[in-house]
Amino acid sequence: MSTAAGQRVTVHLEVNGLWREAVVEPRRTLADLLREDLDLTGTHLACETGVCGNCNVLLDGESVRACLMFAVQAEGRSLLTVEGLAADDGTLGDLQQAFHDHHGLQCGFCTPAMLLTAHEHLREHPDGGTDEQIREAISGVLCRCTGYEQIIASIRAAAEAGP
Amino acid sequence: MTVEQGPNGARIARETAPPQGGRRWIGKRLNRVEDPRFLRGQGRYIDDIKLPGMAHAAVLGSPHAHARIVSIDTRAAERLPGVIAVVTGEDVAARAAPLPSFGAGEIVQDMIATEKVRYHGETVAAVIAEDRYVAEDACELIDVVYEPLPVVLDPFTAREDGAPLVHEALGSNTAYERTFTFGAVDDAFAAAPRSVRARLRWPRSTGMPMDTNGAIGDYDAGTGVVTIHANSMNFTYFLWLLAATLKIPASKLRLVPVGAGGSFGSKFFMHKVPALAGLLSMIAGRPVKYVEDRTAHILSNDHAGSDRHYDAALAFDDDGTFRALRIDCVDDYGAYLQFGTGTHGNALSQVVGPYRIQHVEYSLAAVLTNKNQQGAYRGFGAEVSNWVLERLVDLAARELDVDRVEIRRRNLIGADEFPYRTPTGNIYDSGNYQGVLEQVLEAVDYPHWVAERDRARAEGRHVGIGVVASNERSVFSSTEFWFWFDEPDFTPTSSPESASLQIDPTGRIVVTLHSQAQWGNSPETVVSQVVAEEFDVEPDSVLVTYADSQHALPGTGPGGSRFTVMVAGAVAGASSTLKQKIRRIAADKLEANEDDLEFRNGAVGVIGTPDAELSLADVAMTAYMFRLDLPPDMESGLSAQSTYDHPLTTLPSGDRSDLGIFYPFVGHAWHIAVVEVDPETGKVDFLRYAAVHDAGTVVNPQSLDGQIIGGTVQGLGTALYEQYLYDDQGRVRNASFEHYHLPSSMDVPRITVGHQETPSPYTAYGIKGAGEGGRMLTPAILSAAIEDALQPYGVTITTLPITAEQIVAWTTA
Ligand code: FES
Ligand code: FES
Repeated sequence: MSTAAGQRVTVHLEVNGLWREAVVEPRRTLADLLREDLDLTGTHLACETGVCGNCNVLLDGESVRACLMFAVQAEGRSLLTVEGLAADDGTLGDLQQAFHDHHGLQCGFCTPAMLLTAHEHLREHPDGGTDEQIREAISGVLCRCTGYEQIIASIRAAAEAGP
Repeated sequence: MTVEQGPNGARIARETAPPQGGRRWIGKRLNRVEDPRFLRGQGRYIDDIKLPGMAHAAVLGSPHAHARIVSIDTRAAERLPGVIAVVTGEDVAARAAPLPSFGAGEIVQDMIATEKVRYHGETVAAVIAEDRYVAEDACELIDVVYEPLPVVLDPFTAREDGAPLVHEALGSNTAYERTFTFGAVDDAFAAAPRSVRARLRWPRSTGMPMDTNGAIGDYDAGTGVVTIHANSMNFTYFLWLLAATLKIPASKLRLVPVGAGGSFGSKFFMHKVPALAGLLSMIAGRPVKYVEDRTAHILSNDHAGSDRHYDAALAFDDDGTFRALRIDCVDDYGAYLQFGTGTHGNALSQVVGPYRIQHVEYSLAAVLTNKNQQGAYRGFGAEVSNWVLERLVDLAARELDVDRVEIRRRNLIGADEFPYRTPTGNIYDSGNYQGVLEQVLEAVDYPHWVAERDRARAEGRHVGIGVVASNERSVFSSTEFWFWFDEPDFTPTSSPESASLQIDPTGRIVVTLHSQAQWGNSPETVVSQVVAEEFDVEPDSVLVTYADSQHALPGTGPGGSRFTVMVAGAVAGASSTLKQKIRRIAADKLEANEDDLEFRNGAVGVIGTPDAELSLADVAMTAYMFRLDLPPDMESGLSAQSTYDHPLTTLPSGDRSDLGIFYPFVGHAWHIAVVEVDPETGKVDFLRYAAVHDAGTVVNPQSLDGQIIGGTVQGLGTALYEQYLYDDQGRVRNASFEHYHLPSSMDVPRITVGHQETPSPYTAYGIKGAGEGGRMLTPAILSAAIEDALQPYGVTITTLPITAEQIVAWTTA
């Protein structure tokens, strides 16, 4: 799809508690809005076709593929990205700390999406649910490094530590 | 010492207290120092970096696997607003030399194809534009006229007379052919009462990191310096090759290493993407970013894995004693040969596995076809060879009707036989193979699972057990790349690693590494732990940075499970120099004898006198600021550097009957898997999966577990799912994550990991490499376990991947 040169729209959305505004082409994806226009490069792209889940962000609390949405579809909505998980001084949140303590990451590329997806799961299952449920919750996010074992252990540990 | 005595004398616990006073930090289960930035989304991968004035590139790949390029019309693309330049093979040929290669000969590879394309996806043009969207739009406007040529996709057809030639200048599609014979193989086969033989097929798959390969070129017309930020810069000491491609003096090439979201081999001496980004920047006169999208990564990143056809045989006695091994391999290398036949050199380092096999013949035909070229994938060819060997061993057990564990146990090299010289000449430095076997059998309660399997089988369920072993060679020298040739052009023998240590005036330690090291492994954690061990400081007080290539000492980077061993050696060397200087300064100030000083809690002090000590900060301030307090012959400052060379390597003999020592630090592992197969759906469920690895001294058990589990799951993908599929015109049919299935969290077993530690006598601290081991076992173990589960159907597994469709085909045949 090619857009008439110069055509731009303004998008307003809340990202990690702050209202942000950007002027973008209608075809700009939400992922590119975050990465290129808002300099939030923690949202990663590994396929751009909606399969790997590495671009997952939470839109009004629900995980979505940021590569599959247009930026304009997020107009007026509220977004949580990995940059919103730690305290302002950088102190890791509990889930992040659990990944740190249980070696839930290697290269770190899938990690933002894993954290957000796990965050959503733990909101729905504060006690973590069964291992099978954890596996299912993160099954839409591909990780090539860890073999998932230590990610599952991290999520389990975060659940056990409680909110 | 907290070392326990295990079965057969194995040392099961970690060596936390070696003879000289104990280790405090090496061996500790510490959280990784790399983690926090990744957890906060501040990883700074290549695509996260923006330079001022940066343009973006996209590439156009060939839709044909073999075709002559008749014409390329770039005018429409050039007219698109926002396009800066469209670059074709002709433009490249005018400005740059071919890409570097370690095994090319007549096989010339350019950054962008000229005259003809040789595989589906080969780059035919690149667009530089203000924005990636525009660059991609412009690619669609390039009009390339192709004249399709007959394709050759099968290596056996490729070897026939009259087959279409991939490289006309070579005159043949057989790039290389050789047989190595070690010992009296024919005699041993003739004398042995028994043998098994199998045709085995290992298909093409790939490392497939989540982060693709990318680079940003930044040409400075004023100085002529080309800076390239790239998520690989292995082989710092080979970068002059890349400068030659760009036709610039090596001194004017500056590579800046950028951490990568995984490699698994796919970024090992990555050459094409950095070279292209550098050249595009020279053309545009401004920074240009090129990051592969997933399709480009799949189709045109050089680094897919082995694609091999085997005819292999094992000769043995009636009592199961192995005598001789014969391997004949036709390897489908695809259209180019960057690493030459190094992936078979690698296999020759441990071709007999952990077994006493005296006679070996190894034949290789490296064949060119119209597929993307092979590169490196975790295991670098030795993982394939291990699968072949373990398959033959299982077949031998079946032939003799003996237990699969028993036949292996009978042939294991004994703990008292090290260092063990294998028939090819490579040695295994140390090991306790029986000890690892006993530990894994105990870990799963093997007799229990044998009984369970038999009970399930009696109920008509399809439960199977696999038990396999593997050695894990680590730390290559460079001879495997050229010992194939009687008269090689270039015979390098270096594969060093360097480290620089600096203590700043406030006493903080900064370590600089000299190759691309951050690919998801734990270089900063390893280095911090080693520094902490040497100076007795807190590991998280150590800062680890990476030199760019203009400031770098020789380095080789991760690959071949070498990095931890080599960087530990380099850090140990630099530490020793630096500690010597600190001792001299402190001895002077404390009026003590240098030999009476020790490093303790961030200070240096007199042994047995707690009050007599100086903090590292005191020493550092003196070293930087108070010249007149220093011994008169001493320079100011507090830094040291060390380049650690391979500690144990020898040259091959002239006639190649002895390949020399080239991969000697050899770990060892056993895995046991219990699976249940659903004969109707072909689904494989895991009832139990256990691994025990011996990688010498463990630096960090937590990150080692991660490497083992991650590697095991990658091997699971190779065993059950992954394979590039081609149509009859050589087009890749599954060039996306939708169609190339990677293991998800639903596909993997719980894996329990155990460790033993048999330190290497030759490396710093006794460390052996361990990054590839997991993947060396899973293909063999899943073949064994599924074959066992399908025993009622009399299946022999000789081809990977073992897909659900394949299983159903067997059970319904
Ligand atoms: S990048 Fe969005 S699903 Fe893969
Ligand atoms: S940690 Fe590397 S992809 Fe998950």
